[in-house]
Amino acid sequence: MAAISSDNHGLRLVTRYVVLTLIALIFVFPLVFMVVSSFKPDLQLLRDASSIRAFLPVGDISTDNYSAAFERAPIGLFVFNSVLVTGVTVLLSLLICSLAAFSFAFLEWKGRNTLLSIIIATLIIPFETIAIPLLLLVSKLPWIGLEGLSVGWLNSYRVQIIPWIADGLTIFLFVQFFKDLPRDLIEASRVEGASWWQIYRRVVMPLSGPVIATAAILKFLVMYNQYLWPLIVVQEETYRPVMVGLQYFFQLNTAWGEVMAYLTIITVPVLAFYLALQRAFIASIASTGVKG
Amino acid sequence: MATVKLRDIRKSYGNVDVIKGVDIEIADGEFVVFVGPSGCGKSTLLRMIAGLEDVTSGTLEIDGVRVNDLEPSKRGIAMVFQSYAIFPHMTVRENVAFGLTINKASKAEKEEAVAKAARILQMEHLLDRRPSELSGGQRQRVAIGRAIVRDPKVFLFDEPLSNLDAALRMDMRMEIGKLHQDLGASMIYVTHDQVEAMTLADKIVVLKDGMVMQAGAPMDLYHEPANIFVAGFLGAPSMNFLDVTVHAVNDETVTISNASLDQIDVPHKGRTFTAGQTATLGLRPQYLHPAMGGAGKLHGTVILSERLGSETVIDLALADGSKIIAALAEDSILTPGAATNFDFDPNQAHIFPETR
Repeated sequence: MAAISSDNHGLRLVTRYVVLTLIALIFVFPLVFMVVSSFKPDLQLLRDASSIRAFLPVGDISTDNYSAAFERAPIGLFVFNSVLVTGVTVLLSLLICSLAAFSFAFLEWKGRNTLLSIIIATLIIPFETIAIPLLLLVSKLPWIGLEGLSVGWLNSYRVQIIPWIADGLTIFLFVQFFKDLPRDLIEASRVEGASWWQIYRRVVMPLSGPVIATAAILKFLVMYNQYLWPLIVVQEETYRPVMVGLQYFFQLNTAWGEVMAYLTIITVPVLAFYLALQRAFIASIASTGVKG
Repeated sequence: MATVKLRDIRKSYGNVDVIKGVDIEIADGEFVVFVGPSGCGKSTLLRMIAGLEDVTSGTLEIDGVRVNDLEPSKRGIAMVFQSYAIFPHMTVRENVAFGLTINKASKAEKEEAVAKAARILQMEHLLDRRPSELSGGQRQRVAIGRAIVRDPKVFLFDEPLSNLDAALRMDMRMEIGKLHQDLGASMIYVTHDQVEAMTLADKIVVLKDGMVMQAGAPMDLYHEPANIFVAGFLGAPSMNFLDVTVHAVNDETVTISNASLDQIDVPHKGRTFTAGQTATLGLRPQYLHPAMGGAGKLHGTVILSERLGSETVIDLALADGSKIIAALAEDSILTPGAATNFDFDPNQAHIFPETR
């Protein structure tokens, strides 16, 4: 009897791993295809696409596509721009949104719930509907820089950063997490004489690792994948991010090998960022039930 | 150390009155226990003293100063929470020194204060651990340590032992009692456990529905409860109550009886009765004993006899259908089903004009 049940257990374990491996493969195949293809000449790439060879580094393998891609576009600049815009936006977003959420979760003020509802309601507005009004707005905003006062934010880093700092989803994630923190901890801090700022900095934020990771990854993906907004507000190559840079590779005869090489390069920062925060990210999904 | 005065303190949430005019005076160095059933407002009252809840009306004074509108940290109080409320991301040392860190105390000052608190609570060996590595009792010790370091005028305890198991609860109870002796500070302690109240308190405040039912020394409340609620709340097993009829009101006593109780004179202790009314007789289980030789005032049948070792608890069915409990000396043996007469000293009985 015991043997049967242990066999059963082993079989179930095997089944589970087979299923999990299949699911993992489904997610990993496109990445494998991308990386493998980036080393193949266009002709072979297209020929292999219809067979299993698409996922195998076979045939004429070289790094020619990479050299060509670097010649065609200033990839280093694009990656730098994207990492800078994304990094700064993520950091500012974590700061501003967590402060806003702290106020919603812990402070009592008139209109608090109404305002939070409005902020959450903004989640249903697609960006495309506000793109043009936002463009008109930022084109007229003033800015004080090193050269003094200027008008219009177009062609800059700030136009890619500032409108994206505060968003309903990040605030909502923080509010939900903060509300689940034990109330007693906040009250004990107050009794101990901590100011609200000290409670935020010394108690609440140190306990918010999981939600910080979640919010950071979600924001990172949004920012790194920015396409429409930089396309309309940035005309100068100096400030162009990676996704808009993809346009350099699409012409009458698309150089697919170079496209794959470019994509492989710009995927690296995403994977690095995800791997760095993976543990915290998974912990937050498991503990808060907030899906990413 | 300080006095605490509550004058006509009230608290309402919208139309719901939670605290309905409470007057309490707490003397310097006194250990006061707020006790009562769930929802009686005892925790709310403590949180109002702490400054975590607004006072709707009334005056709250600590050390002669009105503190109604002061921030919690400005009131000179320290609070120990039921959930301990120690910070999981800090070591024990950082937890205990939290208030000092917030107030930008010097490193030497912190070290000294933490060392002193750790010595008092015998937790020097725990200082570098994290809360997740501590047992419930140790966590509670850290919470108390954090309170001691603040050197407060008044310590506030909100059901500090209710998350601990029974054995640990008794140890910590004694430690808190000893802490009070050592520090001599005023302490206010909230619990629903009447044993904690009886053992720790200089003064017990019994609360029900946001009102003070009675306040006084534990043994005064035990022996001279002001009403049925207090009589039933303090003491274990709890007091037996019998509906009785008043036959005559005398100078010092009233004459009462019912179907299972012979006519008897019980001291009325200044309470007002009228002949013919129904009243409630309270008898503590410990003061009931089987009558020798068939005599005895109370007639019942033994239902169950539970021997606990230190005492034997007898369930009795009375002739009028009610049930009462008697707690007898350890080796008493009574057979279930036997008709038994019980006796008691009328001076140990309590008669209340109200009915249950």
